[in-house]
Amino acid sequence: MDEMFKPSRRAFLRGSAAVAAGTVAGGAAAQVPDPLITELQDWASYTGAGVDETPYGMPISYESHVIRRNVEWLTASPISSINFTPIHALEGTITPQGCAFERHHSGAIELRKEDYRLMINGLVEKPLVFTYEDLERFPRENHVYFCECAANTGMEWAGAQLNGAQFTHGMIHNMEYTGVPLRTLLVEAGADLDQDKWVYVEGADASSNGRSIPMEKALDDVLVAFKANGEALRMEHGYPVRLVVPGWEGNMWVKWLRRIEVVDRAVESREETSKYTDVYEDGTARKWTWVMDAKSVITSPSPQMPIPHGPGPLVISGLAWSGHGQITRVDVSRDGGITWETARLGKQGDTKALTRFYLDINWDGAPMLLQARAMDETGYVQPTKSQLRAQRGENAVYHNNCIQTWYVNEKGVAENVEVS
Amino acid sequence: QSDGAYGLGRSALAEEIAAWDVDVLPDGRGLPEGSGDAFDGEEVFADKCASCHGDFAEGVDNWPVLAGGFDTLADKDPVKTVGSYWPYLSTVWDYIHRSMPFGEAGTLTADETYAIVAYILYSNDLVEDDFVLSHENFAAFDMHNKGGFVVDDRPELEYASWRAEPCMSDCKGEVKVTMRSVFLVETPEVGTVS
Repeated sequence: MDEMFKPSRRAFLRGSAAVAAGTVAGGAAAQVPDPLITELQDWASYTGAGVDETPYGMPISYESHVIRRNVEWLTASPISSINFTPIHALEGTITPQGCAFERHHSGAIELRKEDYRLMINGLVEKPLVFTYEDLERFPRENHVYFCECAANTGMEWAGAQLNGAQFTHGMIHNMEYTGVPLRTLLVEAGADLDQDKWVYVEGADASSNGRSIPMEKALDDVLVAFKANGEALRMEHGYPVRLVVPGWEGNMWVKWLRRIEVVDRAVESREETSKYTDVYEDGTARKWTWVMDAKSVITSPSPQMPIPHGPGPLVISGLAWSGHGQITRVDVSRDGGITWETARLGKQGDTKALTRFYLDINWDGAPMLLQARAMDETGYVQPTKSQLRAQRGENAVYHNNCIQTWYVNEKGVAENVEVS
Repeated sequence: QSDGAYGLGRSALAEEIAAWDVDVLPDGRGLPEGSGDAFDGEEVFADKCASCHGDFAEGVDNWPVLAGGFDTLADKDPVKTVGSYWPYLSTVWDYIHRSMPFGEAGTLTADETYAIVAYILYSNDLVEDDFVLSHENFAAFDMHNKGGFVVDDRPELEYASWRAEPCMSDCKGEVKVTMRSVFLVETPEVGTVS
């Protein structure tokens, strides 16, 4: 039954001819008939894979470059480290779970639903323990949200560093979550819901990743989620249960969530003192910088996505998002920020979710300095790196939402640059 | 069993809460009874911590530096350590007790943790080598950078002025490329799996 996949001499010869023809054909001016059309192809004659072959499928092998990538020198150990979503190669807004970025502090743990327990304690009338099955019996909601690591673009504070949107902006994913509002569970336990209270959340892994969340946010839109993009969470994304904290830095999206504690003050854990605090130029630091501000990036063209086709129609495609709400507008510049054109949104963005934008141009083949600038429903306009540095210096580590520049040369090759 | 709206879940038992609720607040609440001094801490640290963090908490290779870096926070390359940066001692105790050693978290006793914390303070020249840290004197210890943090002030400093209609044309004069990434670092090549 694998007959069609065996390379035959005939198929090999035909394949070479097709490649040769492809190099001359390319555009509308083809003079030689295209053998991919004029000759019977194997896939139009023999049979393909049966429905019993792939109970759970992976992308076709030709897409093997659309994968998570890591950069070894960024961290001391791959166990407490980061990898990057291939946003340069994706379209639309939903991130396929299998290539959605990971960030662990003590590795991705394997936690069975049967072994899963969630505790609520602290300032509650009745401390409770839930099983996974219990959680599936509460009324649930569905929402699409982006999860962006606080350190996304963090390597770029001091200059143009990594050459590709995957590496400069790929600590992000965007999924449709199904879960129970945190509010529901807090009410079930009879929690003190006063606005001066805090909710401390931690994971079941060795790092625990404990973070403090003010009660106002906990009651607003935080979800205790157990499904993403229609199916169970992936192990590396917190299976079986994670916290979803819309619009807020990814570190607070505690995975393998095991405990929720109502407290009368912030715990000021390691992940909100040593880490996820942003150092200013004068040496003082901001703490509790929870919201991810409006941001955007052109995903194509970009360093990993050169223009393959020469001058003519060109789709400029990109992503915009804001932790403050909906994206209302994205402007694109081709000359490094001298002039701007308003791009088109793929569809009206969801609140605190990735939004696709497009600018369809007729490229004349001249070099470009491509930039995108997001605006959100609060009127906030994505700043330049100079504006950010003037406020914060270069050592903030986190929350770099600056405008990104790609230099695209006359060959269509793009490069990560900074401009005056 | 629950009085909640849905009657789901069951009451958490005291032993269960004690097993999982081990966080320590900046005012010292949550600390178990116990104590340890820097002398003992040096021994435990050498045994369980120094292979990554160095004999003097100075860090090995890329592993975190726990000591030193005082008054570097405004430098071009700040050295953020327990001594130079961390605002509360509670966090040191809590994090070490809960999540260290890396790969063997949760194995330190309360006394070992007090001793290690005392040794880290000693490594930062914040106490003498005979310093004894305990649940009783813990809350009185003030860290060097306690006053170094402000609550997120982006709303006042940034949002107020950045929520404005942006420039659309003739926004600046000539534009020059001031920095190119390809000269600086190695980005993994496209198409290779790392």
